[in-house]
Amino acid sequence: MTRKEKLKRILSLFLTFLKIGGFTFGGGYAMIPLIQKEVVDNKKWVTDDDILEIIAIAESTPGPIAINSATFIGYKTCGFFGSFFATLGVVLPSFVIIMIIAFLLNGFAEITAVKYAFFGIRAGVLALLLKSFWGMFKKCPKNVVAYSIAAAAFIASILSLDTLVIIISAAVIGLTASFIAAKREVK
Amino acid sequence: MTELILKCLELFATFFKIGLFTFGGGYAMLPMMQEAVLEKNWASEAELINFIAVSESTPGSFAVNMSTYIGTEQAGFLGAFFATLGVVLPSFIIILIVARCYAKFQSSKIVKGCMSGLKPCVVGLIGAAVINIAATVLFPNGISYSAFSGANIYISFVIFALMAVLAFKKVHPILIICMSAVIGVAVGYGFNLTV
Repeated sequence: MTRKEKLKRILSLFLTFLKIGGFTFGGGYAMIPLIQKEVVDNKKWVTDDDILEIIAIAESTPGPIAINSATFIGYKTCGFFGSFFATLGVVLPSFVIIMIIAFLLNGFAEITAVKYAFFGIRAGVLALLLKSFWGMFKKCPKNVVAYSIAAAAFIASILSLDTLVIIISAAVIGLTASFIAAKREVK
Repeated sequence: MTELILKCLELFATFFKIGLFTFGGGYAMLPMMQEAVLEKNWASEAELINFIAVSESTPGSFAVNMSTYIGTEQAGFLGAFFATLGVVLPSFIIILIVARCYAKFQSSKIVKGCMSGLKPCVVGLIGAAVINIAATVLFPNGISYSAFSGANIYISFVIFALMAVLAFKKVHPILIICMSAVIGVAVGYGFNLTV
């Protein structure tokens, strides 16, 4: 790739992810179909297999899926600068929109109608969270170790234990359990 | 000036930690976000729930929306910038490293082992977050007998139940938020509620 081609491609990456960031509601997984359409079908920067790879990686690395996939596709397409501009593109729309909303919310929060609206909305959000929790619960691995870890994390969190401590303990327990299971298999 | 710099540093460090230690998409960040925001008094639990609705109805991921919002509230544009940079940076760096040695990463027994613990852990944490949020929605002034004497708790519960049915019937989240808002306004004025 010549320098000019590279610049062009980086600009194109930025604009594509700007569009993806600006038009997907609900974040994360909701972005995958649009990413697929733009980056695989239209631009042919990566293949369908790469998308599967990205989902697998995003699930086992920290951070939001939107960022993970933008960084990964940017890097595959155009190295470090590709990943930088793809990530910038995917973040920018929400950044600008939310800054505007934050300023607006401050002015509107005391209006009675807005208060009533948010009173209703909070009950609706609870319903959405319950649905989202159910979706995650169904995807959770189904074995005794996994259920025990989920239950322990639930109880520890209700008892207000530090979330970071819970997360790290779960990783250590998972690692230990998988090594014990592997050893048993060898025997 | 020093105060602003310190605030921005605090925002950056807090959101960096959140970005580094949350695995999985969607609301996986909620438990840590909730803990940090409430601990530092950056928002009340009710404001946090309001903001989940805002985040659902605007484009972009929950993590970026949330960090931008809290950052703006705490320290204006610079606050938003550093909070968002903090939440993005860990995944950016980690993905850059993983992209170079993907095959090794994917077959790593250590990664698989850790993930086998982290996945169910996130489910448990989100479950607890939902319980906390249910308590705030139904008992905004704390759990007590007097909470049952007003109409608010019953109305909240009916809206929740109705929306839960619609949510499980795969009605779009934005539509659910809009309907909840309309019902909230109608019932609020109809019963002259204090919220």
